[in-house]
Amino acid sequence: MSMQETAYVRTEMLPEREPPSLNTGPIGWIRANLFPNWFSSLLTLASLFIIYKLLAAFIPWAFGGVWNASSLKECREILQGVDAACWAVIHERFWQLMYGFYPDNLYWRPNLALVMLIVALVPVLFEGAPRKLLAVTIATPFIGPWLLWGGTIWTPVAAALGFVVGYIVYKLIAGALSDLAGLVLGPLAAVLWWILLAGRFSDLMAGILPLGLQPVESRKFGGFMLAVTLGITGIAASFPLGIILALGRQSHLVIVKTLSVGFIEFIRGVPLITLLFVAQVMLAYFLPRGTQFDIILRVMIMITLFSAAYMAEVIRGGLAALPKGQYEAADALGLNYWQAQRLIIMPQALKIAIPGIVSTFIGLFKDTTLVSIIGLADPLGWVKLIQADAAWNGIVWELYGFVAFVFFIVCFSMSRYSMYLERKLETGHK
Amino acid sequence: MKKSVFLGALTIAGLAATASMASTLDDVKARGKLNCGVSTGLVGFAAPDANGRWNGFDVAVCRAVAAAVLGDSDAVNFVPTTGKTRFTALASGEVDMLARNTTWTFTRDVDLKFEFVGVNYYDGQGFMVPKSLGVSSAKELDGATVCIQTGTTTELNLADFFRSNNMSYEPVPIETNAEAQQQFLAGACDTLTTDASGLAATRAAFENPDDFVVLPEIISKEPLGPLVRHGDNQWGDIVRWVLNGLISAEELGITSANVDELAKGTNNPEINRMLGTEGNLGEMLGLDKDWLIRAIKVNGNYGEIFEANIGEKTPLGLSRGLNAQWTEGGLIYSPPFR
Repeated sequence: MSMQETAYVRTEMLPEREPPSLNTGPIGWIRANLFPNWFSSLLTLASLFIIYKLLAAFIPWAFGGVWNASSLKECREILQGVDAACWAVIHERFWQLMYGFYPDNLYWRPNLALVMLIVALVPVLFEGAPRKLLAVTIATPFIGPWLLWGGTIWTPVAAALGFVVGYIVYKLIAGALSDLAGLVLGPLAAVLWWILLAGRFSDLMAGILPLGLQPVESRKFGGFMLAVTLGITGIAASFPLGIILALGRQSHLVIVKTLSVGFIEFIRGVPLITLLFVAQVMLAYFLPRGTQFDIILRVMIMITLFSAAYMAEVIRGGLAALPKGQYEAADALGLNYWQAQRLIIMPQALKIAIPGIVSTFIGLFKDTTLVSIIGLADPLGWVKLIQADAAWNGIVWELYGFVAFVFFIVCFSMSRYSMYLERKLETGHK
Repeated sequence: MKKSVFLGALTIAGLAATASMASTLDDVKARGKLNCGVSTGLVGFAAPDANGRWNGFDVAVCRAVAAAVLGDSDAVNFVPTTGKTRFTALASGEVDMLARNTTWTFTRDVDLKFEFVGVNYYDGQGFMVPKSLGVSSAKELDGATVCIQTGTTTELNLADFFRSNNMSYEPVPIETNAEAQQQFLAGACDTLTTDASGLAATRAAFENPDDFVVLPEIISKEPLGPLVRHGDNQWGDIVRWVLNGLISAEELGITSANVDELAKGTNNPEINRMLGTEGNLGEMLGLDKDWLIRAIKVNGNYGEIFEANIGEKTPLGLSRGLNAQWTEGGLIYSPPFR
């Protein structure tokens, strides 16, 4: 065979070309992901049909709704038999769903507290934020409740002074005796200050310099403001408590360990609603008649204890996932227990536990709706109150849908933030 | 902060448990507010309006008592209580009285140690069916599926009614009234049963109320009334006689419109005694002589309160029925003021 019989020989490379238009861009993506073979195509078409049906029912219902009416009956008259939402109930009762019975000329106070909280969270949540904002972070736990409940400015000052007293006593004792004695006596001094002296101090100072806001009773709290107040307090208080319990559970000190295990197992073994009933009903029997022990405070304590137990177990999971070498390395460097925890163990353990921690937070925030069972007017409690108004009796989907929508926004943001945090802290062990 | 209050409360709790037992009237006067337990929302009986102001048939009793005792019908803390928390709230002193459509029963009165001061609404359990079912009497409901709220006396009444009539039924248990409406409309059950006032409220909320009927049979007695704790008879008397005063006012024709006129003195000695122009009934209660004038002025007499909140002109559209004055064939009857 001679070379002549070869029909064609390419002597130079062809220039690069775009891939066929059917395999790239949106069309390529659709072909690869939605219609790769006949079975997947069938499933895709079926799914599209279901989605279309849902949206075809939902969109006209939601967007064709009535926004201005004063009762369900009026809504129905306007709609003339068309099946659409009666958003007028949200329009009329929006502020109640948000703030409950909180006086409407004082809405700026919870708003300001929320803004302050967001500012306070910035340096905690985002690394790049200016460190000076930490001053706001420290002030918020004291100023926030004062804004919400009102009363004299000296009450939060007295409460803050308790921490100062505790710290000073700790420093003095730790210097004179031992670190452990300081750790015991410091908090003790703070507690003594709160019980015995704080009330007198704030009364005295209020007498000298009466600065204050109009007090608002707890029973006026309601709607999403109540849910957020309970949720934030629970989250902020249960996190440190959970860390302490998780460490306590791993401690070599028998009493500390037993107490931690006992607490965690007891709380986890009891439904939250039972604890809420204890807060609402049982405590009322034990306390003398007329004792002013705020119901919201009682509920806050119960929610905090409840989520602290779960938090402790989530963090213990993080601790357990840490290789033993990390502990030994900390010992080898000559760090004491607290230094090792602060510098080596906790940063890693918490990072591992982030998804679990955020799940617990989200769960806690949604659990705040359980307080409607003990008669507090949280968003679901308000749904019931609004339904009891003769004008809106019989309205269901709009109210529950709105509450679900707001909860979704909050919980979804928390979950997104946790993913951001995981990416940021990723150090490539995988 | 609140922490100091909490810790302080815990320490003194043990010491002071037996100490504070001042009379409820003194407590209320010192506080300047009446703590009144109401329901967590019940159409016509208790609900906050768009401005956050509580209204309703039960709420009106709270306001009348507050007006009589404190002179201000807005000096009331309304404490929403659920079916589960209402009795503890009253027993523990969190509220001074309950006006929360609670049925007066032997055990609640005797065993739970409460004092029902009277009846402000005679209710009873009934049935609602769609007209299309073609049923005109509850006795024709043999084999029906019945939507019923769990854990209430209605469940027991239902079982008794069907057993004593040799009929069978299939219960569809539900938790709340809103759910009941949805289930019933969706056709999950042939008939819905609860208190007749509740049925009226549910029916009023339907898009086509005329497609449904409430059957004539009432199968239980549910006398609803305000209650207070055992052991403070003076306070019980005040609440009882404010309620009786509203009822007597209707019987004697005292209304919110003419009470000021009548308070100048009339020919009827009972009206004079009630409104303080004769005798000293107010003082006997530990109040002043104008106590009932203030109570009546708030929302009017019993009949006016009924018409404004649950009567035939309201969406609920309840007729007086058993709740008419005794002079008109009903059961509403107040002992005389003398």
